[in-house]
Amino acid sequence: MTILSAIPGFHGDQTSLNPVGPGAARIEHTFAVIFWITAVVYCIVLFTLVVSVYRKRHSLDTMPDPQETSAASDRLAERAVAGAMIVTAALLFVMLISSFRTSRALGKMNDDQALTIDVYGHQWWWEVRYPNTNGPYKIVETANEIHLPVGVPIRIHGTSRDVIHSFWAPNVQGKRDLMPGYDTDLMLQINRPGRWRGQCAEYCGEQHAHMSFYMVAEPKEQFEAWLNAEAKPAVAPGTQQTVHGQQVFLTHACVMCHTIRGTAAGSRVGPDLTHVARRATIAAGELPNTIGNLGGWILNAQALKPGCRMPPNQMSGSDLQDLLAYLETLR
Amino acid sequence: MNAVVTQTGMTEAERRKAAQLERIWREPPGFIGWFKAVHHTTIGKRYAITAFIFFLIAGLLAGMMRLQLAFPEAHILSNDQYNQFFTMHGTTMMFLFAVPMMFEALSVYFVPLMVGTRNIAFPRLNAYSYYLYLFGGIMLYVAFLCNTGADRGWFSYVTLAGPDFGPGKRPDFWAQLITFTEVSALAVAVEIVVTVFRLRAPGMSLNRIPIFVWGELVVAFMVIFSLPGVVLSSTMLLLDRTCGTQFFNPAAGGDVLLFQHLFWWFGHPEVYLIFLPGTAIVSTIVTTFSRRHVFGYLVLVLALVATGFMAFGLWVHHMFATGIPQIAESYFTAASMMIAIPTGAQIFCWIATMATGKVVLKTPLWWVLGFFFTFILGGMTGIFVASVPVDLQVHDTYFVVAHFHYVLIGGAVFPLFGALTYWFPKLTGKMMSEMLGQVTFWLFFVGFNITFFPMHVVGIRGMPRRVYTYPAGMGWTTLNQIESLGYILLFVSVSLFLWNVFRSFRAGEPAGPNPWRAGTLEWATSSPPPCYNFLHLPTVNGREALWDAAPNQPVVVGLDEDTRSFLTTRTLDAEPDSKEEFPAPTFWPLLAALATTAAFIGSIFTPWGITIGAIPIAVTLIGWFWPVKQAAERRRAREIWQTE
Amino acid sequence: MADRVEAALLDVSNLPSVVFGIRSITWWGIIGMMAIEGMVFLLMIASYFYLHSRGLEWPPHSNPPALFWGTLNLAIFVFSAIPNEWYRRRARKGDLRAVRIGLVALALVGIANLVVRYFELRHLNTDWSIDAYGSAVWTLMGFHIVHLLTDVVDTFVLAVLFFTPMVEGKRFMDAAENADYWYFVIISWIPIYLVIYWAPRWLHA
Ligand code: HEA
Ligand code: HEA
Ligand code: HEC
Ligand code: CUA
Ligand SMILES: [Cu+2]
Repeated sequence: MTILSAIPGFHGDQTSLNPVGPGAARIEHTFAVIFWITAVVYCIVLFTLVVSVYRKRHSLDTMPDPQETSAASDRLAERAVAGAMIVTAALLFVMLISSFRTSRALGKMNDDQALTIDVYGHQWWWEVRYPNTNGPYKIVETANEIHLPVGVPIRIHGTSRDVIHSFWAPNVQGKRDLMPGYDTDLMLQINRPGRWRGQCAEYCGEQHAHMSFYMVAEPKEQFEAWLNAEAKPAVAPGTQQTVHGQQVFLTHACVMCHTIRGTAAGSRVGPDLTHVARRATIAAGELPNTIGNLGGWILNAQALKPGCRMPPNQMSGSDLQDLLAYLETLR
Repeated sequence: MNAVVTQTGMTEAERRKAAQLERIWREPPGFIGWFKAVHHTTIGKRYAITAFIFFLIAGLLAGMMRLQLAFPEAHILSNDQYNQFFTMHGTTMMFLFAVPMMFEALSVYFVPLMVGTRNIAFPRLNAYSYYLYLFGGIMLYVAFLCNTGADRGWFSYVTLAGPDFGPGKRPDFWAQLITFTEVSALAVAVEIVVTVFRLRAPGMSLNRIPIFVWGELVVAFMVIFSLPGVVLSSTMLLLDRTCGTQFFNPAAGGDVLLFQHLFWWFGHPEVYLIFLPGTAIVSTIVTTFSRRHVFGYLVLVLALVATGFMAFGLWVHHMFATGIPQIAESYFTAASMMIAIPTGAQIFCWIATMATGKVVLKTPLWWVLGFFFTFILGGMTGIFVASVPVDLQVHDTYFVVAHFHYVLIGGAVFPLFGALTYWFPKLTGKMMSEMLGQVTFWLFFVGFNITFFPMHVVGIRGMPRRVYTYPAGMGWTTLNQIESLGYILLFVSVSLFLWNVFRSFRAGEPAGPNPWRAGTLEWATSSPPPCYNFLHLPTVNGREALWDAAPNQPVVVGLDEDTRSFLTTRTLDAEPDSKEEFPAPTFWPLLAALATTAAFIGSIFTPWGITIGAIPIAVTLIGWFWPVKQAAERRRAREIWQTE
Repeated sequence: MADRVEAALLDVSNLPSVVFGIRSITWWGIIGMMAIEGMVFLLMIASYFYLHSRGLEWPPHSNPPALFWGTLNLAIFVFSAIPNEWYRRRARKGDLRAVRIGLVALALVGIANLVVRYFELRHLNTDWSIDAYGSAVWTLMGFHIVHLLTDVVDTFVLAVLFFTPMVEGKRFMDAAENADYWYFVIISWIPIYLVIYWAPRWLHA
């Protein structure tokens, strides 16, 4: 994609023109085919238009008499139009074939051995689960950050618990809607380690703008280590402060909505917080996961992400300090 | 604003005839009379002005959106406001501006003139349709001002707009707006079909119908067959929301994609409802300003008809990302790309017309040239999104936003501005300023491309649409700022256009009946046309009625001059067939529209709205159709029965 | 236009003013309405089958609608075609007596249809708010009721008109077109009847 990718800024972590997986790469190929064909046709058609108008322009002072047209004088034009139609049909055919081939290639990515990851869309965050199908892992649940091994086929199995969302990480693969009542599968693979950003692409209400996620592609061993750690329940609080922090969590509304495996908190309304401190961002990619952001979020999520499904919470400064200290241990 | 122009050079007999026709056809005078009007030029003008005001309002909303998007993580609009703004912008542009302007306004005003008759078929229905459209639009904006503005996007997918996730009354107002506009569009569609099939001037056989009329006719048919889709989807949505039906509730056997299929069954043809009148305008303007009969009349007509048919086989291309079976994907990709063939055929024919004519580059033609540059670009990006794999990347990003503004503005708004400039003299009797017109054009053309071209790039760089803000550092900020600056040029340009209209209306040069020396019948009468349209009902001898007229081209005589009588002709060959009579101006359409409005708005709040509300509607309709005794007796005295 | 001075004349004063069927513009208007409404029915039926294709059990957890009343209505509709056709033809001849009889007869038939329709609704064996199947059945039914009601009211109004001194050619045109519309009500009932009453039986696995 010479011309387009030459424009600065194209090597970002959320663009369809910097593919890091076979899906996006295939698509970029068809994009290029269509781009070049249509660009050339566009130039030729408009060039012809400009030349025709320029050659036949007439003074603006009068509207001349309508001219007699004869079949003979139009003969040349007839041939030109017919020729252009044939070329149009032929070029459409080329683009069609390119598109079909890419569709087939994307279809072929289907692989029964692929590692399956479940992704459920919520207003406005992503629930991520690693089901215990063909590996040693117990069920692992996290949010908004999808770790996966590099160079291996992955199946994103998705659905939605509320409205329609669309799972889309453009560097990796085209998008797929997650719809209530439907299970959808999206095959993908990432060949370059890194953090690739994705974002919900189907309008889903108040905070559709802040519903992003990261795909973290890691070498296999690193991924497995991550997965094993995620599979463990939360560490028991060690210090007095964190013990109190846990108490704060369990006695406030938090427990109504969140899960911390290994504690009494087991609700599914909001993201699983068992290992929240290991995530780089909170609130579906909106905020870096720092103590300050976390504190502000807990006190008044509505100020940071208006409309989101987490209510403001009232607690004393010291309770908050302890709660934050506790959350920081959830690694 | 009177018939002075025609009156010079009239014989004494003609002057008497004009006075008689004036007495019979005049719209009722005064403030009260305003509400009784039924002539198609009156209603057509109202449609046009109302639709244009909606365009301005939606354009201002777009300005606020562009302001918000000019800075990352901006707080000029709250997320809640932005969501209402873009939904209102899209809904207004599509349902209250583009379709009513390109179809209702233009066809109601021009089709009867172009086919050479005295009014549109079913003039009272026509008035009724206008009032419904107006009341629907007012309802939507009153709700918006009460912070109940639609906020689920212009196609309000379920379950987002359903009872569980669309609290309050916002989606109900949206759905009910659809009901208003669909009733009005359907009414006009029937009127146009009948006007074109039965009311053409003698001699205007099928192969002599002006392309503009063909375009609006095809659109009318498309309205008839596509709108039922959205009738159903919005009815089901309302029923789900107010009566507890379960059409879209997956937990009770309902299905979310059903809504999308029904909506796009209408929604895809809708974009051609907007675009085909645009092409019809282009054909008209290109013909007049190339000073020759259009090249490839038959090809152009077939292309319109083909596009009309094919439009019904494309709807799924808006749903590629939902995961459609591969065989269906292939079909819809192929069908979507194939639509480039009829569109390309039209474009090549227009270029051929100009290449073999004498091109007079006045403002209307400039707009048409702008159409070529912008629409073709939008059509090309249409080919991108028609490819399933490519669409999986660019669907619901700014790339699609760029695509549809290029085709909508390129394919409809550019031709529309051309049309307004072209027909302004017909509507007002005054010419618009050529200089201001060209400046407006260039500002708009440049501003448009600055605003919308970067959206392609921002889209492939991964910016989704319908986001009220975006983080810095994504490579989107600068491009968004350029887009927002482009809006300023658009704003200046539209303002200049308004000024041009204003000053030309007051002090433009007099136009005379046919300032462009064009060939279609609307130019055969004075500007503005008298309330009876034509002093002598014309007959037609060729595709461009005025250019091809024989030296002694006959005129129609023998219609009763003391009633609003008109001539019907046969559908294929336009041979005279019968005489009928138009109904008189009346309040009933207004009353019926008020009753309908009450029922529609009532049903937002209670299911009884439509059931109880049906009674006043029935009463007003009976009043509407109840005959007047005197007229009945007069007709009975003169009637001639058809011989079988 | 200056050439028009000596324009020839096309005299249309002898054309008929009372015309029927394809020659009448209101007839075309009614055909347009039928096209729109037919399309609504078609898409609603398509939606019914679409919902069926998504659910495993059809009808879900309930019995199909009881056959008796729907079939009875079908019979009434089909037989009403006979008086309908009769007065439609007489209207074209301007036969006042026949049209009066026909309109009154059809108004009564319409009442019968409505009464039977009431019992139909009571025996649908589902509710619109239970599931999507119920919603689809009731909506289809609802659409047809609206058409039935419209035509019955129209028939009544026309019948009244035909007993006033305002009868003229145009009213005969109205009567003939009212009969045409009744055909639409009849014909659209046939597929809707099949869908509501028979589809659940045939589709029942
Ligand atoms: C005026 C309105 C208009 C017109 C005319 C078109 C024209 C076309 N549109 Fe567009 N479209 C919209 C309005 C329009 N569209 C809107 C509003 C949406 C978005 C709705 C929403 O989501 O909000 C949309 C969305 C949309 C989508 C869904 C995208 C998505 O949501 O992901 C698709 C997919 O196939 C598509 C395809 C096309 C195609 C193939 C054409 C073709 O008709 C274009 C054909 C024309 C040409 C190709 C140019 C001229 C041809 C030549 C000069 C011949 C030579 C050409 C070649 C060799 C290629 N359109
Ligand atoms: C025909 C249709 C049409 C037209 C003409 C336009 C015109 C414009 N549109 Fe829009 N647009 C849509 C149809 C249209 N649009 C649709 C369907 C959507 C999708 C909505 C959705 O996602 O649901 C959309 C979405 C859309 C978005 C994306 C929003 C999002 O996804 O978040 C944006 C963003 O920039 C935008 C911008 C603009 C701009 C800048 C114009 C400009 O061209 C406007 C130019 C107009 C003016 C500049 C007006 C000037 C006003 C005056 C001079 C007033 C004078 C004062 C008075 C007397 C009142 N439009
Ligand atoms: C009514 C439900 C509810 C309550 C009560 C609630 N939360 Fe949440 N919480 C959510 C939801 C929903 C989200 C996801 C919001 C989003 O990103 O849009 C969330 C997100 C979070 C996150 C960010 C997680 C991430 O990875 O993005 C943290 C941390 C959090 N909540 C902590 C708490 C704490 C601590 C409390 C109690 C003091 C609490 N929550 C109370 C529903 C709730
Ligand atoms: Cu989720 Cu947009
Ligand atoms: Cu489309």
